[in-house]
Amino acid sequence: MTKKTYEEINEKIRSGAAVVVTAEEVISLVKERGIEETAAYVDVVTTGTFGPMCSSGAFFNFGHPKPRMRMSKVYLNGVEAYAGIAAVDAYLGATQLPETDPANKSFPGHFNYGGGHVLEDLVAGKEVFLDAYSYGTDCYPRKSYQKAIKLEDIPYAVLYNPRNAYQNYNVGVNLSDRTLYTYMGILKPNLGNANYSTAGQLSPLFNDPYYRTIGMGTKIFLGGGVGYVSWFGTQHAPEAPRGENGVPLSPAGTLAVIGDLKQMSPKWLRGISFLGYGVSLMVGLGIPIPILDEEILKYTAVSDEEIFAPIVDYSQSYPQGLGEVLGRVSYAQLKSGQITLGGKVIPTASLSSYAGARQIATILKEWIQKGEFFLTKPAFTLPRSNEGVDYKRSVGEEIL
Amino acid sequence: MREKMVLYFPASVVEQPLTYSLIKEYNLMVNILKANINPKMEGRIVAEISGKKEDFEAGLDFLRSRGVKTFPLEQEIVWVEERCTHCGACSVICPAGALVMERPEMVVRFKGEKCIICEHCITACPSRAMEVRY
Repeated sequence: MTKKTYEEINEKIRSGAAVVVTAEEVISLVKERGIEETAAYVDVVTTGTFGPMCSSGAFFNFGHPKPRMRMSKVYLNGVEAYAGIAAVDAYLGATQLPETDPANKSFPGHFNYGGGHVLEDLVAGKEVFLDAYSYGTDCYPRKSYQKAIKLEDIPYAVLYNPRNAYQNYNVGVNLSDRTLYTYMGILKPNLGNANYSTAGQLSPLFNDPYYRTIGMGTKIFLGGGVGYVSWFGTQHAPEAPRGENGVPLSPAGTLAVIGDLKQMSPKWLRGISFLGYGVSLMVGLGIPIPILDEEILKYTAVSDEEIFAPIVDYSQSYPQGLGEVLGRVSYAQLKSGQITLGGKVIPTASLSSYAGARQIATILKEWIQKGEFFLTKPAFTLPRSNEGVDYKRSVGEEIL
Repeated sequence: MREKMVLYFPASVVEQPLTYSLIKEYNLMVNILKANINPKMEGRIVAEISGKKEDFEAGLDFLRSRGVKTFPLEQEIVWVEERCTHCGACSVICPAGALVMERPEMVVRFKGEKCIICEHCITACPSRAMEVRY
């Protein structure tokens, strides 16, 4: 029986003796050597995901101009950041649009620029225009402030994403006879395509389905830099139905994550546009899973054939909140490029980048192998029951 | 040979039936995929042209002698690889099989020779990795 502690694994990382494999590599390893032997051999399994994560954004403190200012309206490149907090603090959300964007007035809107793009521009080192207004107070007399700034000029910039790394997600299809423009991409009429959005066997929460190692304080790869799990995410729903292997059959766990924006990269924080829907941010996120025992190892060996996603109609069921599931397909089927539903062959596409997920898991593996990244034991692991988690909902009612 | 070409017609020749000559005098098959005339009266045709190699070259020489600019199609729609995240959202939108997900690598490839310049990919790509250049 393999039993390892965080301290023992970190000691092996320090001495360069730790065995680290990706969540993809561990699958064939377990097939060759079995659970027992692999659990003794492997110390860490790295995971990754690189997909649209709308519930993302960053907290800023811009520093005080002279005279001082209580910024009550803040815009970055024309995109409003929420300033209803302290004097020169603000939160820029990934899906925020510039006030000048026509949105869907001319349907489908293009949404070429928004909060996610501002974040990408900042981490790319580009100049961004800060435009701030105030009503003026005795202590903060200044009423207006404009300046071109770069990320390096901002005293404090922290990515804080309230919901990332969804454990499973819907496969979006369209049963109607008109094209739909959704956050699941363009869905062509009469089951013209089926879009999905997770990294399957590489995705963090599929590899630790009962959150035995992931929780507050887990150190992670975030946006190209280092971050931490700060809490469970919004809509965290651990009591979703699960298969015999413990993997949820519909959207379940989520993560709130945090990290210093200044060490992140535009390769792994990418502003994106969904035709007819809006803007968002693609976030690169990877979690190392310490192999503390055989059960944890067994969970990391899950493959695309054993993970199933619900197929949901985005013309009726999803928008009306009906919670109907048309069927379930495995990620192996989704990744093959087509699925069959009611006798009809439907081409599939992903919104999440599998190649990116694989790259993140590999980068994280290399960081650990080089002794640059150590594992942290969470202060508490993510809730495994809905108790204490306010959000309750039935299958298929998720909101991105 | 068979090649997709983009032909630019200056305003002075836009009303002449030059495509007719390609067919009648140079024995070429011309399949027009797209054609438009801009407000300055300049024309643009995207067409697949096929025939014997010498006829093809003579036909294009004839067009160029009349002031028509000719380009192979790939230069029109550009895949900006560094912006591509390889998600694959484009692969079910492209009707021509020019944007494909290569399996099992799960990386996107742009096969310019298959592109028909429908431009659906331009707004379908979430990271805006596809650009129109003309």
